Amino acid sequence: MSGAAATPRLVRAAPRRTISLSWSDPRLRNIVWQVLILGIIGGIIWWLVDNTTRNLAARRIATGFAFLGRTAGIPIGEHLIPYDPAINTYGGALVIGILNTLKVAVVGVVLATILGTVVGIARLSGNWLIAKLSAVYVEVVRDIPLLLQLLFWYSLLQTLPGPRQAFNPVPGVFLSNRGIKVPTINGDPAYGWMFGAFVLGLLGTLAWSRMATRRQEATGVRPRVWPVGLALMLGLPLLVWAALGAPFMLDMPALRGFNFTGGATVSPEYGALTLGLVLYTAAFIAEIVRSGIQAVPSGQWEAASALGLYRGTILRQIVLPQALRVIIPPMTSQYLNLTKNSSLAVAIGYQDVVSIANTTLNQTGQAIEGIALIMLVYLTISLSISLFMNWYNARIALVER
Amino acid sequence: MEQRMMVAAAEPVPAIADTPGIVHPARVLPASARVGPMAWARTNLFNSWLSTAVTLALLYFIVRWALSFFDWAVLNAVWSVPNTATGPDPTACRDAKGVGACWAVIGEKYRFILFGRYPYEEQWRPAIVVVLFIGLYAVSAMRRFWRKELVLIWVGTLTLIGVLMWGGVLGLEYVPQDSWGGLPITLILSTFGLALAFPLAVLVALGRRSQNLPAVKAICVVYVELIRGVPLITLLFMASVLFPLFMPVGLNPAKLLRAQVAVILFAAAYLAEVVRGGLQALPKGQYEAADALGLSYWKKTGLIILPQALRLVIPPLVNTFIGFFKDTSLVLIIGIFDLLTAGKVALAEPIWQGYSSEVYLVLAAIYFAFCYTMARYSRGLEQEYSRSVRR
Repeated sequence: MSGAAATPRLVRAAPRRTISLSWSDPRLRNIVWQVLILGIIGGIIWWLVDNTTRNLAARRIATGFAFLGRTAGIPIGEHLIPYDPAINTYGGALVIGILNTLKVAVVGVVLATILGTVVGIARLSGNWLIAKLSAVYVEVVRDIPLLLQLLFWYSLLQTLPGPRQAFNPVPGVFLSNRGIKVPTINGDPAYGWMFGAFVLGLLGTLAWSRMATRRQEATGVRPRVWPVGLALMLGLPLLVWAALGAPFMLDMPALRGFNFTGGATVSPEYGALTLGLVLYTAAFIAEIVRSGIQAVPSGQWEAASALGLYRGTILRQIVLPQALRVIIPPMTSQYLNLTKNSSLAVAIGYQDVVSIANTTLNQTGQAIEGIALIMLVYLTISLSISLFMNWYNARIALVER
Repeated sequence: MEQRMMVAAAEPVPAIADTPGIVHPARVLPASARVGPMAWARTNLFNSWLSTAVTLALLYFIVRWALSFFDWAVLNAVWSVPNTATGPDPTACRDAKGVGACWAVIGEKYRFILFGRYPYEEQWRPAIVVVLFIGLYAVSAMRRFWRKELVLIWVGTLTLIGVLMWGGVLGLEYVPQDSWGGLPITLILSTFGLALAFPLAVLVALGRRSQNLPAVKAICVVYVELIRGVPLITLLFMASVLFPLFMPVGLNPAKLLRAQVAVILFAAAYLAEVVRGGLQALPKGQYEAADALGLSYWKKTGLIILPQALRLVIPPLVNTFIGFFKDTSLVLIIGIFDLLTAGKVALAEPIWQGYSSEVYLVLAAIYFAFCYTMARYSRGLEQEYSRSVRR
């Protein structure tokens, strides 16, 4: 075919519209191939669906999402919104599961980013001991399955003593096999006003920083932003707090009988899951940060040093912003991995969405719907993270003039 | 390295390093005067007061931790327990609890952890299988075997492994799949997963890059993004719960086979992205030159594109394989007897409860040995490639 196309007469004849019914016409071949492949895949899907309907009929399982409205009766230890197994439905239980997944994912992403960045920079430290220690951490943690690490941390947290012999490192904080107990602050209407003042301060700081940028563009001198920001975002809420009588009451956990009352709890399951996920993901993030920093040409370091900047300033103002462009895309996939890996919670008994959906499908027999729901939840979360990170990536991308 | 330092230490080091006012002695001194343990320590450990403080603090914690770990793992450890008529007697371990490790649990249970419930007298077979797998990896890692015959080696070895595990022929006793377990399961799931997912992945990657077949491209994109968007565990749940529903009434494949199918589908999506990276990294001229020669699509792909693209993606391929190797541990959740599950089941025995740290450390060491070797290999290869590109 290509040989024929080489003669000029045929090249001119090429843009015809009609498809000739000949095997040497590539467009016809493309259509035939696509119809064939679609047909095979459609056939396989039809075969699977047909099998499934027969199986469902044989086992007398009714499909549909009606089971979501039935009372769940699944006891759930940790819930961010009120939950009672006797009243709430399967749908409500799944919402609790989704919130629990998000709780692990959000906290995990933030902590893993911080730890990963610190370790990644530490690996490039001039101090040999720090660099080697970070390298060993990264190598060891990356090459051991996450599930094994989770089981290890969970078993360690379970070997802590019981509530009566709990470790008490700081007053009000107790470490026992029931989890970590921490004091909480009693609610007060003043805190709502403080939050309002903080938001106001944040808006004020943003406005001031815009003004500073305009002034810098006009005069070349940038007014300091951080003292104003500190005063607005920290000082203003504190002022409101003091004006409203400075309410401050701690809810201290205390041992009553065999268990603690008061305060907030970090359960061993949540603790082990978050710890394992953060340590594991941070090792990968550290590698990303390190290679991102190394991707910045050394001329940038040298030029900045020639300007007389400090090492810390160079890192923050010159190198990291450029490294960020290399770092963001792989970082996105690490965030996605962390979120997906949080599904391993089911192995150590933390009730995330997979664990609750698994219980649901065992109790109701609605396997297809249960797994479809899990997939839908994860696809939604993955897509949201991807969209956000793509937006962020586009924002910081190099604008070529 | 050690030797070079010794030689350098014998030579007199110029005192410039101590002269005030010179900030970077390293820049002033010739390279030959910069080596030597003292100079090395000064530049790398104590080059400023902050660095010195951090070094000392870290050294203190490392030494303290190492000493207490040594106490726990070696000095106070219990290496074996006496055997009584009713079985092993763990009193010694219970006495050492908290101060020393109980390695006796490994001594008692290592056969179970490594080979699961495989019949005890026949366990030489899975042992040979493990050796075969390692040999297969070693052969595949060598450059001189990177040719078409490697496919034959893989097919032959994997068949041999199947024969050894199942038995039933050549006078070997038949062992049903339900009693397989331990390290061979981990190796089977990951290696068969890679071997069978790879052809599928190449097809999907080619499909995703095709310009004239929009329908095929759409199917490939949906497949890859769907699988990569959900955790492996949902696929494993699907394999254990939904797979029986998808099959014709009455047909119910073994659990291991179902998990293997899930791993293959999962691996194919990730491998397809790796292969696609290789296809994209190839200069456009290669495609155009192949077209100019008048090669058909499959000839172009098979003779020009894939041989170059696949060579490029070997390092990321190894990294993806390391990921699968670790991810196969997830089959624990659907109750398949891999290495991690075997360790966990060994710990469920009443007399060995509470010695999980010991067992988990040994399991971690096994996984680490496999993954670290592969990671080192992949990194070495990457460096070799980047050197050849620069040249």
